[in-house]
Amino acid sequence: MAKTLDSRIPEGPIAEKWTNYKAHQRLVNPKNKLKLDVIVVGTGLAGASAAASLAEMGFNVYNFCIQDSPRRAHSIAAQGGINAAKNYQNDGDSVYRLFYDTVKGGDYRAREANVYRLAEVSNAIIDQCVAQGVPFAREYGGMLANRSFGGAQVSRTFYAKGQTGQQLLLGAYSSLSRMVNTGKVKLFTRYEMEDVVIVDGRARGIIAKDLVTGKLVRFSANAVVIATGGYGNAYFLSTNAMGCNCTAAIQCYRKGAVMANPSYVQIHPTCIPVHGDKQSKLTLMSESLRNDGRIWVPKKLEDAKALQAGTKQGYEIPEEDRDYYLERRYPAFGNLVPRDVASRAAKERCDKGFGVNNTGLAVFLDFSESIQRLGIKEILQRYGNLFEMYEEITDVNPGKLAKTVNGVEYYHPMMIFPAIHYTMGGVWVDYELQTTIPGLFAIGECNFSDHGANRLGASALMQGLADGYFVLPYTIQNYLADQKLWSRLSTDLPEFEEAEKAVQAEIDRLMNIKGKRSVDSIHKELGHIMWEHVGMGRTKEGLQEGLKLLKAIRKEFNENLFIPGTKEGLNVELDKAIHLRDFILMGELIAYDALHREESCGGHFREEHQTEEGEAKRDDENFFYVGCWEYQNNDEAAPELIKEALQYEIIKVQQRNYKN
Amino acid sequence: MAKNISVTVKFWKQNGPKDKGHFEKHEMKNVPDDTSFLEMLDMMNEELIAAGNEPFVFDHDCREGICGMCSLYINGTPHGKTERGATTCQLYMRKFNDGDVITVEPWRSAGFPVIKDCMVDRMAFEKIMQAGGYTSIRTGQAQDANAILISKDDADEAMDCASCIGCGACVAACKNGSAMLFVSSKVSQFALLPQGKVEAARRAKAMVAKMDELGFGNCTNTRACEAVCPKCETISNIARLNREFIKAKLAD
Amino acid sequence: MWLINSSIGRKVVMSVTGIALILFLLFHASMNVVALISAEGYNMICAFLGANWYAVAATVGLAALVVLHFLYAFWLTVQNRRARGNSRYEVTDTPKKVEWSSQNMLVLGIIVILGMGLHLWNFWAKMMLVELAPCAGDHHLATNGVYWIAETFSCPVYTVIYLVWLAALWMHLNHGLWSSMQTLGLSGKVWFNRWRVISCVVSTIIILMFVAVAVAFCFGYRPADFDQINAVVEGCHAMGLC
Repeated sequence: MAKTLDSRIPEGPIAEKWTNYKAHQRLVNPKNKLKLDVIVVGTGLAGASAAASLAEMGFNVYNFCIQDSPRRAHSIAAQGGINAAKNYQNDGDSVYRLFYDTVKGGDYRAREANVYRLAEVSNAIIDQCVAQGVPFAREYGGMLANRSFGGAQVSRTFYAKGQTGQQLLLGAYSSLSRMVNTGKVKLFTRYEMEDVVIVDGRARGIIAKDLVTGKLVRFSANAVVIATGGYGNAYFLSTNAMGCNCTAAIQCYRKGAVMANPSYVQIHPTCIPVHGDKQSKLTLMSESLRNDGRIWVPKKLEDAKALQAGTKQGYEIPEEDRDYYLERRYPAFGNLVPRDVASRAAKERCDKGFGVNNTGLAVFLDFSESIQRLGIKEILQRYGNLFEMYEEITDVNPGKLAKTVNGVEYYHPMMIFPAIHYTMGGVWVDYELQTTIPGLFAIGECNFSDHGANRLGASALMQGLADGYFVLPYTIQNYLADQKLWSRLSTDLPEFEEAEKAVQAEIDRLMNIKGKRSVDSIHKELGHIMWEHVGMGRTKEGLQEGLKLLKAIRKEFNENLFIPGTKEGLNVELDKAIHLRDFILMGELIAYDALHREESCGGHFREEHQTEEGEAKRDDENFFYVGCWEYQNNDEAAPELIKEALQYEIIKVQQRNYKN
Repeated sequence: MAKNISVTVKFWKQNGPKDKGHFEKHEMKNVPDDTSFLEMLDMMNEELIAAGNEPFVFDHDCREGICGMCSLYINGTPHGKTERGATTCQLYMRKFNDGDVITVEPWRSAGFPVIKDCMVDRMAFEKIMQAGGYTSIRTGQAQDANAILISKDDADEAMDCASCIGCGACVAACKNGSAMLFVSSKVSQFALLPQGKVEAARRAKAMVAKMDELGFGNCTNTRACEAVCPKCETISNIARLNREFIKAKLAD
Repeated sequence: MWLINSSIGRKVVMSVTGIALILFLLFHASMNVVALISAEGYNMICAFLGANWYAVAATVGLAALVVLHFLYAFWLTVQNRRARGNSRYEVTDTPKKVEWSSQNMLVLGIIVILGMGLHLWNFWAKMMLVELAPCAGDHHLATNGVYWIAETFSCPVYTVIYLVWLAALWMHLNHGLWSSMQTLGLSGKVWFNRWRVISCVVSTIIILMFVAVAVAFCFGYRPADFDQINAVVEGCHAMGLC
């Protein structure tokens, strides 16, 4: 019998839940905090802010990151901005509206209470960051500036050039550095968590690998927090950093934490297309480009063929032969439809053979019209740095005039294609951000989060910092107030020893496969399977086929992997192999979840479940729940589904409509 | 359309900080010139692994020029030579010609000991940041974000200073192994903002003292740092740091 | 003491001593130009800067500045080499922005110091030193600066050596002046370019003044009252008046 999940949502009206919770939760008094240790794995927005905040409160924090510095966590790459319900623009924003937009944007698959709390603390995040010296964009009067983002009718996004994630992370990192200096945080860089140690049913420590020496080290604590990000790299090619992995989360899953909604994967429509099979990473071009760029493919198939063969250039195709398919299909929103809709529409055109590059997997993003309307100067002011970045990568300058026909100017269009970007699913947590393992908490992208089936732009940063600064530091005390777990455990306990031995055995197993294939070659194959069968448009048959192929990939991995070098010292191939082992398991989870969810919602699109116009069709009757998966003893066994029913008290569940 | 080129990669192998290190060469045939430099190294590593060898080790992560992890000294220039500021991961093979020999070295500076091959230890930067690269604000203490007005010019300039990604190219390029551009960018960001002014004197002194203690060299204004900075930080930051520091010391 | 312990402090010492020496050079160069106009005027200045207590004190001060500047330069260089580490780049491609002089200030400084040794031998040893210690040389020529200028630069080899020396000095000053302003924190985005121009102008003026005197005397130019002054000096000496 599968376990039931208690989301532990506090009583009371939604606007008072968090206040009530804080008023009645248990706290740890200042003296006792000094005796308690907390492990925080990860130093992104969530990890760094949590580690700093916990240390400021008095807890002893052990903080881990795989890079050489906390500042390199992938939160740094977020471009657009961070949402908050400040209503500085006087355009009618409120906590409720932010809450509502987020739930709606998430296609009604998020937990109401969590999202409301997120909206509630969003304002404090901006205050906190400004006080840290985050140089947000400002108006001439000295006030903070805002911009608008998809899925909202108000301007509530705060930004720092196109580097908001970087600046927010550096803010959290500065607070973390300050606490490292005081000695309250012990920082371990180039360390990777390999396993969570469970003593008497509670998370009481981790086994970490010192990536430089290759040694396994045991750490004991009173609670463990993982803030290790998403699992987008299961697809090999994504906008995630090369080092992003889901090993910590998957290891927690193997130890009993359940994984929620893994099939909710966000695909970002404006990435630079894959240029060949040697590519290792996809680059995101800001969503803001869709404000002035028009997306199109040729109307005629022969034009597309010529483009694919390289015998024709995009600018040579005259206006009347262009199909601005988003404007055609969604007259009301045009090029500004949400991410999932835009991505699917691009895939649909390319599947029909209208792709515009040599691989047939790209569409055009064209600035000819807006340059003629606004002038090149204005366009460069808005997108100059993005054009430069695009030119650096592709050698094509979208601001360069290609030719003029009858007074109509044709500029070199950009090529874009959707790519894996963010994962809404993740480790299941309750209202307190605690997983099903007592004492194990998950924050940031790594938990199944507040985004439902689709995340709105500028909400990821908000969630990471909300969890780290303002939610976890409170809720973890409700757990730590339990005196039964106040003793410091020795790392010589048999539980620690066993965990370390198991990790060591796994490392030995991988090293001893001694097959023929490199980690990357298998990872690329995994990526192909994931993209083909568990990607943007999913079908029952495709997913079943995918699951079969994933089994085969695991077999290939287990029998034919080759890791050069030794397990002692630095061995990047070994570390990548460990990640890959877990990406395969994660890939299966995504496929299982996608297969079971017989509906389309947000980032999960089942081709069997679409409206006549080809839009996502939800099934609220049968799938209005969080799909959670429990590990069954070994990687081969299929996971077991547990459902957490969603209860909406306030919001009326509706069909999303972007047509009129 | 992409064309293919063949190059010889001459890369640095070093097994730990004590090892003397040496160069190895590898011929790369038919590299499409629209691949990035790091993808070319990925391809090279695949070939090395296929031949049963250990791969060439280097730091890299986000591959979009923002995390500051990548750190290769390519043909005599940190991050390789580009017209605009760019990190190693933003360097593309079309910048090279068929038949080129590309020399790849680690950051060479006493402050950055080699861990393996071209992966170096930049913990020194961490220690400098820990010494004072922050405002001492606790979570939850902050007043409303608009309570203190900041002029747009100051905010924009602080943003430029804060763009530093801590990659260490400035130290790698400096003949004195000086970390002044890194330190001054952080000090400048806070010096320009009212939130940072309260602790300005303490911060400048603490960060410079830590930088000196860690053995970074003295700035002699050669401008090599700003010439190679992927984020185009300028030595006007260094002037500002000097000003802050001297002011702080004279006030003592 | 931060002028010793901190890297910025040490650089401040370099800057302040450097600027003081530049001011001295400016004065010295202006004074030299007088030799082109009036031998009498020039010798008056020489006499004024003879063995008076203030001149000697200033000389000692100058020497101290030079020594300080010199010692700190070596100290900084040793530290910087240590900071650089033991391994050297196989290939280095110096960016265009980097002036050659900025990377070779020590070399230029050493040339300047060597030139200065020669210069002291040519002039100071025969003038102020003789006044202080009469046994050191010809006392009656000790305040006849013009004579020594003519004497030195009538030898083309000396003139060439001096020109090389002055070229090195020009490069040293051209970088040194804006660099010291940068170190003192008196620079910024706008002033950086201004200081570079000022540096170039000031150092060029100083060097041109020196060069003008050396070259003019080398090619046989003498101020109008040159013979007269020399005759007077000779005469005084003969009559035992000096």
